[in-house]
Amino acid sequence: MHILADFKHYKELNEEVAQAISDGAAQLTLEDVNGQSFIANGLRGSLEIDIYGTPGNDLGMFMDGPRVTVFGNVQDGVGNTMSSGTIVVHGDGRDILGHSMRGGKIFVQGDVGYRVGIHMKTYKSSVPIIVAGGRAGDFLGEYMAGGIIIILGIHKTSNKIDCLGDWVATGQHGGTIYVRGEVDDQKLGDGAAQFPMTANDEIVVKNVLTEYCSEFGLNVDSVLETEFTKIAPGSPRLYAAFYTCD
Amino acid sequence: MEMFSSVPEFKVAIDAHRCRLCQRCVENCSFGALEWRENKVKAFDDRCVACQRCVSMCPEDAITLHRTPSVMSTHPVWTENARRDVFTQARTGAVLLASTGNELHERIIFDNLLLDACQVTNPAIDPLREPIELRTHIGKKPRSVEFEAIDDGITLTTELSPALRLDIPIMIAQMSYGALSLEAHEALARAAVMSGTTMGSGEGGLHKKLYQYADHIVVQVASGRFGVHLAYLNAGAAVEIKIGQGAKPGIGGHLPGIKISEEIAETRMIPIGVDAISPAPHHDIYSIEDLALLVNSLKEATRYKKPVFVKIAAVHNVAAISSGVCRAGADAIVVDGFRAGTGATPKVIRDNIGIPIELAIASVDQRLRDEGIRNETSIIASGTIRNSGDVAKAIALGADAVKIGTAALIALGCTVCKRCYTGRCAWGITTQDPKLRSRLDPAEGARRVANLLAAWSIELKEILGAAGINSIESLRGNRDRLRGYELDHTTLEILGVQHAGR
Repeated sequence: MHILADFKHYKELNEEVAQAISDGAAQLTLEDVNGQSFIANGLRGSLEIDIYGTPGNDLGMFMDGPRVTVFGNVQDGVGNTMSSGTIVVHGDGRDILGHSMRGGKIFVQGDVGYRVGIHMKTYKSSVPIIVAGGRAGDFLGEYMAGGIIIILGIHKTSNKIDCLGDWVATGQHGGTIYVRGEVDDQKLGDGAAQFPMTANDEIVVKNVLTEYCSEFGLNVDSVLETEFTKIAPGSPRLYAAFYTCD
Repeated sequence: MEMFSSVPEFKVAIDAHRCRLCQRCVENCSFGALEWRENKVKAFDDRCVACQRCVSMCPEDAITLHRTPSVMSTHPVWTENARRDVFTQARTGAVLLASTGNELHERIIFDNLLLDACQVTNPAIDPLREPIELRTHIGKKPRSVEFEAIDDGITLTTELSPALRLDIPIMIAQMSYGALSLEAHEALARAAVMSGTTMGSGEGGLHKKLYQYADHIVVQVASGRFGVHLAYLNAGAAVEIKIGQGAKPGIGGHLPGIKISEEIAETRMIPIGVDAISPAPHHDIYSIEDLALLVNSLKEATRYKKPVFVKIAAVHNVAAISSGVCRAGADAIVVDGFRAGTGATPKVIRDNIGIPIELAIASVDQRLRDEGIRNETSIIASGTIRNSGDVAKAIALGADAVKIGTAALIALGCTVCKRCYTGRCAWGITTQDPKLRSRLDPAEGARRVANLLAAWSIELKEILGAAGINSIESLRGNRDRLRGYELDHTTLEILGVQHAGR
């Protein structure tokens, strides 16, 4: 089913989407999307939503199950507090992508902004995954408590040489970040440390990237030719000696 | 290096003539202050927190607790507490952690506010024989209402925003499962059901056992987003975004991994044993515009069926901030004063940041009235409400309703020993230890909290009746029914209250 977003208010557009779903639509195509917020917010089940244009903030917030494909760039807060599902962006992402994400996948073809993957958490068998093909801004994986972030540094739209910003994984106390290529230790924030890639890490990266590459028509073997750097918490209890009883 | 170690705060006195060596006190002390040694009970005064558990449990009334007579020389500036804190920090190099509310500022403005009553010129109302309405609706009120005539009467055509309907203007505050035991959380939820009001889930999600009470639970969304998912948001009576908390404005939270048991991990939706850190800000909110995004996102996720509240700490610019919060679309603003309680907060933050709730209520109410947007949002005040008098005064200053936290915990058996952060609560309230938790019976706890709310409700009706008012809504912002006593000119001006005698 096709819905023309055009200059509709987000409330009107999302109401149309909700109505179409309750009428039984399992596949939706939103066309001419012009920054409407909260698309796919709180949607559940095995829906497929294709978006043409630029969706607004908090795309797929609280989403639990659907697959959203964006043919264009996205704004802030993609997959905010998302439970499960997949968001594929054929373009660039912006700030706090994957904020407090608890499950599901976000695959971005190009760059992502500041504080991506902030406070991601693992919950039981549910492991949230973010892959960005380009560069990530400052504070990547801040407060990270679980999940996987992979930064490839391939499709960089930004002219910065490095594929990471500063303060990577500040306050990290769980989860893993894999970066394609070497990482300067000075980039890491408090709590994060570099670790050698284990055999298990190699398997995880290969599995995730096989899926990622098939989305964007990349050759996974050539992506894997460069060695990856692993970033994980340096201490399980970063703030253990921080407080004392009064 | 030899150092003076500070004097224990309390002394445990055991009357040897009365003690029958049953060891019940030893079993009950959760702080290790009483031990069984050489066939008698030995007290370790430095571990005693004066929680009164042993005193209550001794079948012979053999135990009394005393404040240690000080052997330190007195000094008006370097009080024993001030010296004790320096000793502790010199030893540990760490941030002092504290529980409960502000201990530095003893003066409470509520105590210097006096309520009015009718004499001669208009009649008082007897609440035992005439109806007095405590029902409170929290949420946006329309600026005007339109009706349409239908065959047998009229029908409302104005579309109303979802509102929370409460039988009493007193709600139970946001306290998380994790800070509280499951038994305490359940007791408060059941009390809310019994009293026709709500309790707050706190920021740690909602245990699956408590979903049955969810239509009386305001579910909280805080910066850590623990346990926040669609079912949670849609189960609650309302959704509350926590920006700040009176006991720790502007700082985040930190539940240490050792407290993340299997059940807490499941409820918060995080792995067992991993620290639960709430960032200081919501990182998707850096502005009023961003707050509007989260408010609207939550409304979208709940298909516009739930009111969305925003909780802020009472800080210097609370009135201007509240105006922004209201304009961001909040159906209610929860303002938490600087004496509000907590399970754990850095002491320096607790004692030094924020402003009194009385001033905050008056200035927020006035600001929203001045801007003509008071109907767009409700004001819920918390942080110092100790009795029904405080409730009435808070409402007369401009609040729609109040929230109680510490008072509800005291009703559950809390003795305000201020050691919540240790997780060793001897009364089963702020602990995850199964043995200690079993000391709190949720059914009995719920009854006690419901009793407290019932008693306050009767008293509120008495207060209203005395003032000749038959509905709590008519007291709201009715500052003419308040007078200040021994308050300075500026305080009175901010409160919008005349001095007694005028």
